Amino acid sequence: MLNDWLYIGIFMLISLFIPGIAIVIAGLLGPKKPAPIKNSAYECGIETVGETWVQFKAQYYVYGLVFLVFDVESIFLYPWAVAYKLVSIWAVLEAVLFILILVGGLGYALRKGALEWQ
Amino acid sequence: MSGFWFDPIGFLILWFNALLKGWGIPGDLVLFICYVVGAFILATCALLLVVFLIWVERKIGGRVQDRLGPNRVGPFGLIQPVADMLKIFTKEFITPDGVDKVTYNLAPILSVGAVIMIWAVVPFAISVYGANLNVGILYIVAVGGLGELGIVMAGWGSNNKFALLGAFRGVAQLLSYEVPMVLSLLIPVMFAGSMNLNEIVRAQTVPFVVMAPIAALIFFISSIAENGRAPFDLLEAESEIVAGFNIEYSGLKFGFFFVGDFLHAFTIALLFSIVFLGGWLGPYSDQIPILGFIYLMIKTSLIYFLGLLIRFSLPRLRIDQMMAFNWKLLVPLSLATVVFTAIVDKLAPEDNLIVRVIALVLVNLIIWLTMQEIIGRVFKAHPPRRLVMHRRSESNDLESPEESDPGSVPSENPAASS
Repeated sequence: MLNDWLYIGIFMLISLFIPGIAIVIAGLLGPKKPAPIKNSAYECGIETVGETWVQFKAQYYVYGLVFLVFDVESIFLYPWAVAYKLVSIWAVLEAVLFILILVGGLGYALRKGALEWQ
Repeated sequence: MSGFWFDPIGFLILWFNALLKGWGIPGDLVLFICYVVGAFILATCALLLVVFLIWVERKIGGRVQDRLGPNRVGPFGLIQPVADMLKIFTKEFITPDGVDKVTYNLAPILSVGAVIMIWAVVPFAISVYGANLNVGILYIVAVGGLGELGIVMAGWGSNNKFALLGAFRGVAQLLSYEVPMVLSLLIPVMFAGSMNLNEIVRAQTVPFVVMAPIAALIFFISSIAENGRAPFDLLEAESEIVAGFNIEYSGLKFGFFFVGDFLHAFTIALLFSIVFLGGWLGPYSDQIPILGFIYLMIKTSLIYFLGLLIRFSLPRLRIDQMMAFNWKLLVPLSLATVVFTAIVDKLAPEDNLIVRVIALVLVNLIIWLTMQEIIGRVFKAHPPRRLVMHRRSESNDLESPEESDPGSVPSENPAASS
């Protein structure tokens, strides 16, 4: 088991290393001729106006929060799913109850219009 | 040596192991070297596969759009992507002023790396897999989330408002579609009683796509959305936000976003065929591993082809449609599927496979019909907001534009369509 995680660690490093080394090689091969006009932000063809890192809509946060609820829920449900074959029908019904509470939350978000894209 | 032809990769692994041991290298170091070499070969193979995938995608795309596709360089244009790669390797990196250097440079690496990382746990055949993780599904979901981070970093670091907008859309879309994907993956885990991908493959004497067709469909749709391809390609919608998160990139850094994209499309097909189509399972695949590999590739190609057809034939969704589709349809549907599948599968006799499969198919059918009924009623009560302009007969009616009942359809203003 520990060996598998060693493999995962090595694999992650290598899968970041290969694209990284490719970009370094391409940077060495390619020409380097920077110019003020060339280096200006492309955007839509004209000069950028104002600060780029602007405030953004709070709606993205709402989606983030609803996502968080369901993500945490699924983390709780995975152990149950693994043990599903071993548990009795009552444990299944308990999980169903748990899901139903969350469905209530989803219904609340829906009624409040939090999932309405404006 | 017949062993080689039945299981070439497993044979090579054994041979390499024995070779290193023969040189008198201690056992732990042999293991470490094997891991490094194996990871290096697998990652390189995944990247080289992209060269072929680009050709397949362009060729099929050409056919769908009634063109020939690449056909000049090499037979059937097979060498075209190689030529393109050689060219893109010698392109200049134009780094715009004012970018956030760290995130800007790290983003393309991460978006490719995150996809390759998924390959670490994929079982290719009975004897050929990277890591036999007992939390394989969880690992895939977690690593899949890293790709989103690449997109966010690209948009944030680019010092460009359109890129930032693309990244925001990316966050909203990818986060949202992760929920139904994770929930639909619960059902294979439930059936197999394990998150280990090898165990899930072995448990599929009946492929899970038969026992859980709705979950399979939800997984397929949401993984297309995770990939950010048409019809879910809002994060790089050319007509709305120039090119999305990758406007300011050039040369190979730009190319790597597409390498990640092509490879992700293949990887989700691979995962779908492992989790829902039985992976390497097939006649004689447990005795002859190479046959299992061929089965897996056939299943994967079919799913990949289906994904390509969807990509080239469907138009892009509007962003509110896309979010509504996820939160108002896919999430409740996947929750309902999990609940009813869990109850029915528990009540059905465990040892009688045929009764179990029939019961599950019936449940899926009932859920599907109920969903259609509910959608029909909701649409009747609240007709979906359409941004279509005038109908042809109305717009040609130039004599009295004011009298053709004004105000009844307030969203008919053409400027509102954007």
